[in-house]
Amino acid sequence: MLRLDSLVKKYKTGDMALKSVNLEIPNGQVLALIGPSGAGKSTLIRCVNRLVEPTSGNVWLGDVELTRLGSSSLRKARRKMGMIFQEYALVERLSVMENVLSGRLGYTGFWRSFFRKFPQPDIDEAFHLLERVGLDHMANKRADELSGGQRQRVGICRALIQNPEILLIDEPTASLDPKTSRQIMRLICELCEERQLAAIINIHDVLLAQMFSKRIIGLQLGEVVYDGPPDGLTPEVLTRIYGEEDWEATVERVDEDNLDAPADILG
Amino acid sequence: MNTSKVQRVWKRPPLISNKLLRWSLWGGAAIYLSIALGTMDINWQRAAEGSSRGADFLGSFFPPDFSSRWDSIVDGILESLWMTVTSTVIGIILSVPVGLGAARNLSYKPVYYFCRGILAVSRTFPEVILAIFFVKLFGFGPFAGFLALSVGTIGFYGKLLAEDIEDMDPVQAEAIKATGAGWLQWLNYSVQPQVMPRMIGLGIYRLDINFRESAVVGIVGGGGIGATLLTSFDRYEFDSAAAILLIIIAFVMVMEYVSSYIRRWVQ
Repeated sequence: MLRLDSLVKKYKTGDMALKSVNLEIPNGQVLALIGPSGAGKSTLIRCVNRLVEPTSGNVWLGDVELTRLGSSSLRKARRKMGMIFQEYALVERLSVMENVLSGRLGYTGFWRSFFRKFPQPDIDEAFHLLERVGLDHMANKRADELSGGQRQRVGICRALIQNPEILLIDEPTASLDPKTSRQIMRLICELCEERQLAAIINIHDVLLAQMFSKRIIGLQLGEVVYDGPPDGLTPEVLTRIYGEEDWEATVERVDEDNLDAPADILG
Repeated sequence: MNTSKVQRVWKRPPLISNKLLRWSLWGGAAIYLSIALGTMDINWQRAAEGSSRGADFLGSFFPPDFSSRWDSIVDGILESLWMTVTSTVIGIILSVPVGLGAARNLSYKPVYYFCRGILAVSRTFPEVILAIFFVKLFGFGPFAGFLALSVGTIGFYGKLLAEDIEDMDPVQAEAIKATGAGWLQWLNYSVQPQVMPRMIGLGIYRLDINFRESAVVGIVGGGGIGATLLTSFDRYEFDSAAAILLIIIAFVMVMEYVSSYIRRWVQ
């Protein structure tokens, strides 16, 4: 379980990115975080694993308070938080396998990782995950040879091999075409279901958020202005989150049965 | 169409918007150049006399004599190669920590300024001046040349390494940090893959530079083929000098070809 307790982030420039955010995410819940650019979505998830240092407030992962950890216990805690990025953030000149195995760095000694001598169970798990996302035949390709959707699947494997308790997912579909976006979102949700993982997904696309998530948080100027089910996103609520606009087309629920069959994930 | 025509003129805005400053810069440059050219005192008569003597001088280079000083040429080349290889390797090894410290995005302010200071000092002096200095300190011979080239390599390689690290993609580095990797693992998995191809190319380029410089530092007493060349000039053995020059040219051309080939291969 992840709990944010009056979390505040004030940047050096004076911008209040987060104004006292309180949030509780039980195990196994996939939560979509929506809001306009600059609402603080990215800052929020980066404050959880402290890629951005929060100014005040507490973050609890299980019974560990993250904001007060020293650097070595922070590294241990980060192993329990898998992160997936907008531009995939694979190390482009490393192979697919090295990228996946880099998720085990927190568990592996320096020399072992330097000589790429990871323990056999890690390698088995890496192949298992790559197989699950349909990329095991790509293990020795360089990451920059892959397409966007393939790269994001490698990114997902890297996060999952950490054996995390929670996934922090920053705009997973922003660089992908609509079809691939849906496949990736479905894959993420299936994997969270399989492993009973909690996840925070930052997402621009309101329709995708409604389609794949049972709980939606609306963030506006660093404040939570909506917390509820996807069908609670009425035009009034969307106006509160994003500002005045014609929301009727967005509010119409998309019929998920018309979308691609799950087998497409491997395509 | 709107027929009430208002003609709006457009001109490219000048680089320097202050008119006075712009024209005084142009004027100043023109005045200095005309004065400088006016004071260049060319004695055409001497130049005419000199050209025939120059022809004699060049004539005495032919035919190049490889045989009579062959042993000392071989010694000089071997010494130069020794100097080149050792100074490149040692210089690069020493420049890695300096370069890491001099990368703004990696190090702390005091370390940054200290390392930038080292780089600035070693880049201020060209290899010849460093060589003169080390010859005074350690006496004639290749050791002084080796030190001069090593220091030159630190300045060159450290600065380019630091700049390459500053230009790297921060998201890839962030992703590895988020896995809970240690600092050395982080360097090895996210920084090194990003800078390595360029640094291999620059290392080979520096090897090439160091060989050419080894001929120069020899002339001020730093040993190597430069010393052999100087000796043959001092003895008016211009045919041997010509042989040495041809050998240097051949070596430089071979190294240039090899280095450009390797650089293309590592990209």
